[in-house]
Order: sequence, then C-alpha cells, then structure tokens
Amino acid sequence: MNLTLILFLILAAVAVASAIGLLVSRNAVYAALFLVLNFATVAVFYLLLGAPFIALAQVTVYAGAIMVLFLFVIMLLGAEKLPRAVGLPWQRPLAIALAVILTGEAVFLLVQRLKIPVLLANPGPELNSTATLQSLASALFNQYLLPFEVTSVLLLVAMIGAIVMTKREKGEQG
Amino acid sequence: MNVVPLSYYLGVSALMFILGALGVLIRRNPLVIFMSIELMLNAANLAFLAFSRSFNVLTGQIFVFFVMTVAAAEVAVGLALIVIIFRTKHNIDVDIMSSLKG
Repeated sequence: MNLTLILFLILAAVAVASAIGLLVSRNAVYAALFLVLNFATVAVFYLLLGAPFIALAQVTVYAGAIMVLFLFVIMLLGAEKLPRAVGLPWQRPLAIALAVILTGEAVFLLVQRLKIPVLLANPGPELNSTATLQSLASALFNQYLLPFEVTSVLLLVAMIGAIVMTKREKGEQG
Repeated sequence: MNVVPLSYYLGVSALMFILGALGVLIRRNPLVIFMSIELMLNAANLAFLAFSRSFNVLTGQIFVFFVMTVAAAEVAVGLALIVIIFRTKHNIDVDIMSSLKG
C-alpha cells in the first residue's frame, strides 16, 4: 500500500469525522473547533493535490480569519448553547432520510460513472510546485482580471454592509 | 506518487457536502447553519481542485480562490445579520424568526 494512499485515507477519516462532530456537537464553540479541524485536513488535501497556494490561503482565510470571526460572534452573543426549542417533530427524521437518499445517489453515480478508478494526472510543468504560483498569478491577472476586480467590489460592499447593519442608531438602547 | 484516484477525492467531497446539507436541515442555531454552509463550500472547493489536478488545468484553482472570497463576504454579512437579529429579539433560534409569516 502506498504511503500517499494511507495518508489520504487517514485524512479522509479525520475530515468526515470532524464534519460529523460539527453536526452533532451541542455546543457551538465545539462545532466551530471541529470545523477548524476539517479546514486544516482539507488544506492538507490541497497540498496533496499540488495546490500549495490554495492550501495556505485555506489556512489563513478559512481556518484563520473566518473561524475567528465565527468564534468572536458566538462568544459575543453567548450563543454557544441554545435552549432546546420545540421544532417540527418530523423534521429531523425526514432530513436524515433525505441525506441517506442523497448519499445513495452519490455512491451510485460514483460507482456507475467511474467504474475504473481514474488516476490523477501527473502534474505537468504548469502544475509543478514553484511554477504553479507564477502561472496562477499570470492567469489571475490576465485572463481573469475582470472577475478579480469584481471580487474587490464585492468585498467592499460586504464590509460596508456589515458596518452599516451593526451600527447603532443614536439614542438606541441595546 | 499519484495513486489516489480521482473518485476517492470526489467521494470525500460528496460526503462532506451531504453532512453540510444535513447540518443546515437539522440544526436550530443559525451560527451552526452558517458553519454547515461553509462546510458545503469547502466540499465544492475540494471537488474543484481534484478535477483541476485530474485534467491538469489551473482554472479550478482560480475558481477556488473566488469561492473563498465570496465565502468571506458572505460570512461577514451573515454574521452582521445574526448580530442585529439577536439585538432585536434577544434570541437567535431560527424557529423564532417567523415575523414574515403571512
């Protein structure tokens, strides 16, 4: 058995287990920490797939910035534990049944379409470690320049929106 | 070196996506629902990168980059919404947010 395959299987088990942990943990802080673990394992998947830049961006942006924001809001609101509310009684079993059906469909498609396991291509010169970053940057700033600029506008709008929404009006209690 | 088949990556991605969807359906805490959405975006990113490697093109990586940016913007706005809902209702259970019901 190959070392890469063993590493992949361990990482896959950790990723799925941390996703289940996110799903079942009662405390929102624990859920957030499970999600951080999941992001870290996915970052290692990205490294295995020959995308070191995306892996590091994953760690800094997702596991760093976004999850810190989440933990900050959870602790700000004191919302780590919600009182058990009476929801719809049939919602949970129905959701689980639908998820099982979706899993069955995914397994069916994977088995049906990819009967012969498709091996990943060897990284060409374009996808090889240090050259990756250069070709990624040149693609991002030439071919995809317009989407890149639109992204900056999107981030600006999100920032302004968040500030305007959470700003207290004068004299408002809270 | 490259012995992990594409279908394995797609399987992990599909499992993570399904768990995220299940989290959106069964959890009552909007913060956990948001985290489940992030999990689903992450699963999609993993599939993107697996295909990008499989077909030896860089476009998948660039798309993942954009997905990350959109996720960051979405989280900022969503968490701001949760904060103001908490400020007005003093509770963030999704079952309580039913003021728009006809």
